[in-house]
Amino acid sequence: MSARPMTTRDIVLKAENITKQVTSPEGPLTIVRDVSLEIVAGESVAIVGPSGAGKSTLLALLAGLDTPTSGRVWLAGQDLTALDEDGRARLRAERVGFVFQAFHLVPALTALENVSLPLELAGRADARRLATATLDRVGLSARTGHYPRQLSGGEQQRVALARAFVTRPAVLFADEPTGNLDATNGTRVCDLLFELNRDLHTTIVLVTHDHALAGRCTRALHMDDGRIV
Amino acid sequence: MRAVLIAVRTLAREWRSGELGVLLLALTIAVAALSAVGFVVSRVSAAVELQASEVLAADLRLVSANPLPEAYIAEARRRGLATGSSVGMLSIVFHGETSQLSALHAVGPAYPLRGTVVIATESFGTPQDAAVGVPPRGEVWPESRLLAAIGAEVGDEVSIGAASFRVGRALVTRPDQGSSFAELAPSLLLNVEDLPATQLIQPGSRVRHAQLFAGDRDDVDAFKAWIGENKQPGERVLDITESSPQVRDATDRAGRFLSLASLVAVLLCSIAVAMAARRYVQRHLDSVALMKTLGATRAFTLTVSLVQIGLLALIAAAIGAAAGFVAQAWLVRALRGLLAVASLPPPSLVPIVMAVVTAFAVLAGFALPPLLQLSRVPAIRVLRRDVGPPPLVIWLAFWPAVIAIVGLIYWVVRDVPLLLGFTGGLAVFVAVLALFGVLLVRLTGSLRSRVGVAWRYGIANLARRRAESVVQVVAFGLGIMVLLLLALVRRDLLEDWRASLPADVPNFFFVNIPSADREAFLSFIDGAGAEASRALPMIRGRLTTINDRPLEDMSFNNEGGEGLANREQNLTWASELGDDNQIVAGRWWGPQDTGQPLVSIATEFRDSVGLKLGDRLTFDIAGETFEVTVASIRQVKWDSFQPNFFLVFPPGLLDATAGTWMTSAYFAPGKPRPIAQLVRRFPSVSVFDMDNILGQVRGVIDKAAVAVQSVFVFTLLAGLTVLLAAVQASRDERRFESAMLRTLGASRRTVRAGVLAEFITLGLLAGLLAALGASVGGYLIAKHVLEVKYTFDAWVWAWGLGAGTALVAGGGWLATRSVVDQSPLLTLRGG
Repeated sequence: MSARPMTTRDIVLKAENITKQVTSPEGPLTIVRDVSLEIVAGESVAIVGPSGAGKSTLLALLAGLDTPTSGRVWLAGQDLTALDEDGRARLRAERVGFVFQAFHLVPALTALENVSLPLELAGRADARRLATATLDRVGLSARTGHYPRQLSGGEQQRVALARAFVTRPAVLFADEPTGNLDATNGTRVCDLLFELNRDLHTTIVLVTHDHALAGRCTRALHMDDGRIV
Repeated sequence: MRAVLIAVRTLAREWRSGELGVLLLALTIAVAALSAVGFVVSRVSAAVELQASEVLAADLRLVSANPLPEAYIAEARRRGLATGSSVGMLSIVFHGETSQLSALHAVGPAYPLRGTVVIATESFGTPQDAAVGVPPRGEVWPESRLLAAIGAEVGDEVSIGAASFRVGRALVTRPDQGSSFAELAPSLLLNVEDLPATQLIQPGSRVRHAQLFAGDRDDVDAFKAWIGENKQPGERVLDITESSPQVRDATDRAGRFLSLASLVAVLLCSIAVAMAARRYVQRHLDSVALMKTLGATRAFTLTVSLVQIGLLALIAAAIGAAAGFVAQAWLVRALRGLLAVASLPPPSLVPIVMAVVTAFAVLAGFALPPLLQLSRVPAIRVLRRDVGPPPLVIWLAFWPAVIAIVGLIYWVVRDVPLLLGFTGGLAVFVAVLALFGVLLVRLTGSLRSRVGVAWRYGIANLARRRAESVVQVVAFGLGIMVLLLLALVRRDLLEDWRASLPADVPNFFFVNIPSADREAFLSFIDGAGAEASRALPMIRGRLTTINDRPLEDMSFNNEGGEGLANREQNLTWASELGDDNQIVAGRWWGPQDTGQPLVSIATEFRDSVGLKLGDRLTFDIAGETFEVTVASIRQVKWDSFQPNFFLVFPPGLLDATAGTWMTSAYFAPGKPRPIAQLVRRFPSVSVFDMDNILGQVRGVIDKAAVAVQSVFVFTLLAGLTVLLAAVQASRDERRFESAMLRTLGASRRTVRAGVLAEFITLGLLAGLLAALGASVGGYLIAKHVLEVKYTFDAWVWAWGLGAGTALVAGGGWLATRSVVDQSPLLTLRGG
């Protein structure tokens, strides 16, 4: 838990009664039920729970990758539910970073180009310099010209971390960041994640089954059947 | 700008991964097919345009079958115009015993008023500068191919009619060579003063007199108006704007036909493009979703794909246009000899514009809709792989493709009825082929249980990807079918037609036999051991009114009618109806009808001019007017090679008019043919050697067929791109399947055999469809066009099945080999 008292000014992510319903062949299915939460700047929050509890869906709603059926989400002071798809994309470009279980690097681009991509999308002129520095930071300065398929899983995830942090986002969302890695590489990625969280004062929201990872977060939210319990 | 940078950067990388190869190949072949034909058409059209200005050898040309009055020349000179003259006719030129039918042009000293005569000092020699003047008296300038035909050289003596001449020079070109009535015959220039000595011109001889005029444009226009008021019936005025419309029409039609043929290739390539674009979309769903997650807007991701595809289109247009340029050189070579000009002007740049437009139109129609769909993939896909883009709206999936193809067709034909006809015809044809394709694929599917494991696996694959299988069978079948059909027409059907004629069908035609010489001529033929068919008189006359309405006031729906009605006709009279004529309406005349004002018309004349029994026609024959009633309509079997006429009068009506006679005769092969003596004795008689003419016709058909076949090679290549696109689309699936099979214990050999079995079956089906289509096409052409009995051609089936199997199995095997050979471990681990 954070030692500082929460203030409205520090709240970087806020959800208010969000519900996500989808239609399935068996009728409407509620994946997230009436979830409300507040996360302040610099916090690291783990969303944990059994498979099918709605963790990834909640992450997608908080990150603006998907829209709730009802309820509202504020990210960095902006009402996500009031923005259209392109508006949410622009907000993500400026304030959000992502790390995925399957790394999701663009196979056609080199490590350096993958890390530069979000900066280029945001129109930054110094993309290359910043990307090189960040790759150096994750210990991959020797791999800048490699394509994803030429990198190991751990290296790919470190490139993904560099890509997520290079824009110095307000919030970093991570979906099972260590799920595809062995223990050694998993620990290494975890260490990097929290190092960057500390140094850059980035808020982290992650979904994980990894207890060790969840334990290192400042807060854990337990989900079951779409609710936070 | 950022989108463009990212697009260029990722394009280079994707190119290296081989992803875009099929798309580029399909686009390139489409562009190459259309631009190759475009280049050829532009060159031929430019040649025709260039010729038009010189084709008259004058600004204005007055032509007639009769000598033109001096009054015209006097009037032209009074108006300050230059004048010249030319007399054209067909005759045999001899060098010793060797002879050749040629187009003689006897020209006056001022010839030509426009353009130049180019000559050489030896046969097939280097062309010199423009000739100064015309051949001096006693000298002729024959074309090199005429000299070659009779084995003569410059300096040798040749004889024409009753006179002998020295070959002074070899004629390379003359300006009005496209306007003569015998474009197939090589030409020869002689001095008009020498013409009487040849004794070629007799009353009723087929001669074309031309008076040439040239001068200032205004003077020429004024004179044209004057001559329009004063000219006599049968005299025609030609100026640059209306010169050789047939040549231009024929070129236009041929150009359109070849362009349409190339469009078939474009259509198949479009299918390949659509398949490749779908694959592109599938492969980019993840990266687009990721870009969106990282903050890219929909417009941004769309721009990236559009720039990539646009760059591909530009590259395809450049390579395709270059390939088209190379291919056109080949096409022009194939067509050489069909064109009147020796060398064609360089092609215009329009086909390059066409190349770019084609590439973009095909992409807009077939690749844009899936790309628009790609840009709609939601960002959430990064977390949930099952989420794809929303389904494509129907109109977007269908209409851009239809608009692109119909637009391209219209651009090529520029004619709405032809557009509708071609589009409709093609749609029906493809639908029929597709139906057969579906049937064949289904039928094959039902054979599965009766074959071994490899074949079962192969056939199962075909049946499972049924839609793709049908598209491939149709795409390949179509290409092979057209090539087979053309070969069938060239190789067999024309032979069949020739063979279907009776052995003793006349092989020589004789026209311009003077009335006075008729008996002597026929006994000469008889004495030569040949058998002459009936001899018919030949009288020139002009139709002036139909049911009292002057022809000038009438309009005809078709060109044929216009021509038949307005030109001088060849008329004849006869008491007997030949067995190659059959009365279809009315009755043939008996002895009591002798001298009655009646006429019998051929069905072709009835249809073109729009006549019926009982119609009254007025003819002007050598200044005398005859009014006759249509008494009968005849169906004529023209390929009896006997003299036949559209218009036949009863005996006793035209007997007094001056005319010549014509007949045909059969000279058995192997026996000496006394044609040389015949021509020397009857110098005015024109001789047509049918074997020679049929040979020339065959040459023309051969060349045209080679040109069309060359264009359809593109169709075959397009079929290959469809195959590649289909293989590529199924690559991931195949890779997984083969890994699974091998994990389950199948040897690499079994998996390979299965894949080979699949493509062999596909190739056999395509070949079967092609052979079937070509045989049906051949049957229809035999029955309805050539009217011969169709004989079954086994080689069509052998070639169809063989070529289909070799092409499809070879192409498919090469394209899938790397997939099948990949290690199963690598595949199942997702490598």
